Amino acid sequence: MEGAMQADAKIRSESGTESGPRGPACSLRHFACEQNLLSRPDGSASFLQGDTSVLAGVYGPAEVKVSKEIFNKATLEVILRPKIGLPGVAEKSRERLIRNTCEAVVLGTLHPRTSITVVLQVISDAGSLLACCLNAACMALVDAGVPMRALFCGVTCALNSDGTLVLDPTAKQEKEARAILTFALDSVERKLLMSTTKGLYSDAELQQCLAAAQAASQHVFRFYRESLQRRYSKS
Amino acid sequence: MAAGFKTVEPLEYYRRFLKENCRPDGRELGEFRTTTVNIGSISTADGSALVKLGNTTVICGIKAEFAAPPTDTPDKGYVVPNVDLPPLCSSRFRSGPPGEEAQVASQFIADVIENSQIIQKEDLCISPGKLSWVLYCDIICLDYDGNILDACTFALLAALKNVQLPEVTINEETGLAEVNLKKKSYLNIRTHPVATSFAVFDDTLLIVDPTGEEEHLATGTLTVVMDEEGKLCCLHKPGGSGLTGAKLQDCMSRAVTRHKEVKKLMDEVIKSMKSK
Repeated sequence: MEGAMQADAKIRSESGTESGPRGPACSLRHFACEQNLLSRPDGSASFLQGDTSVLAGVYGPAEVKVSKEIFNKATLEVILRPKIGLPGVAEKSRERLIRNTCEAVVLGTLHPRTSITVVLQVISDAGSLLACCLNAACMALVDAGVPMRALFCGVTCALNSDGTLVLDPTAKQEKEARAILTFALDSVERKLLMSTTKGLYSDAELQQCLAAAQAASQHVFRFYRESLQRRYSKS
Repeated sequence: MAAGFKTVEPLEYYRRFLKENCRPDGRELGEFRTTTVNIGSISTADGSALVKLGNTTVICGIKAEFAAPPTDTPDKGYVVPNVDLPPLCSSRFRSGPPGEEAQVASQFIADVIENSQIIQKEDLCISPGKLSWVLYCDIICLDYDGNILDACTFALLAALKNVQLPEVTINEETGLAEVNLKKKSYLNIRTHPVATSFAVFDDTLLIVDPTGEEEHLATGTLTVVMDEEGKLCCLHKPGGSGLTGAKLQDCMSRAVTRHKEVKKLMDEVIKSMKSK
């Protein structure tokens, strides 16, 4: 029986790198995911990371406008609505990032000349918003049954002025940080699918953050697996 | 016959070249197209620059105007970048409101300005809380042949180096600003961010400075913006095939060499301008 399944996980993870004396125990915030909560979209998911919450809905594969159709694969569209105000240029930029990430994993060639639309609504923003959007989009695509070659997850890293790394920063930590790096990693080989950064940092710090994000992504993927197992074992 | 093959199977045609470690226009995988820059061409703008990266042509014009500083930062001025991709540059763009590509590019340039701290916003303030400069940077693409982000960043940097702001004093009695057009000074450019773009092919091969066709065939793109100390201002990878940490390292080293090339070109141009 299809029902909304709530799966909680409190995760702690080490920063996972040996370079430099800094490397405090980094922890991801408490996260929760609920699937199939909306009746209209083919798939939906609500992802919670600490106080940041994003609701995602997926429609597809559905009919596509002739002007937008691609002859050999599905046309992916992402719409991101901010919590307040009208969508602006920053939202368009984020939509492009999320869309390209989804295009890299969704097997569009199985559904040519169709459209798959992902609609994301920001419910509350308390830091790491883009990562939460990516996670919600992935869970919603899984709920809709869209064929994918891998799952993906978003992880945000904040670098403080003294060089310490904080994973999954809150809004306050993001404001005080010197640099904020958001990565999207795939589940098969932990390769880097998408990255967007803010602030100045060095090459070595980038590698450090990437390694920490790869270690943290394992926990996120384990959480995905547990939440899906719990959902399907009940029915 | 090759033209027919190219139309029917563009990806296979391209792969044949990549196997020999070169590209259809004769470049190596790590080679940039010929870069030319021309500054000060727009006399009505306070600063301007025209950059050509092969066929890709981008022009940047900067106008400085007065504005009231934002209430939450009364001692700072602001910079407003805008990237315009008109139908002139490529058949894929229609006239009307800015499309997604233009908006993403504008956001990218805004992020580069913000992250690299290319100019200190406090330098743009004339009188805290009352008057400050606002720099409107309009970047217009005249010919789109791929790698628009690199060209826009370079054009912006060159134009900012060319901007001359007149001296402004606030008259105590009337409270109005008095502009002295005879005394102009250049902006204090603190860092020189340079963008290097790569295209990913078949999940493994990385090529530098993709043309329009290459971008279309690529499975992913990556743009690295670096300043002179080797610090990264922006790592923009909008999805596409996955990359390992080692591949990223290669990109970084290529970005460092590119920075040196661009800096040399910029210095030559600035020197030739100033000597006039």
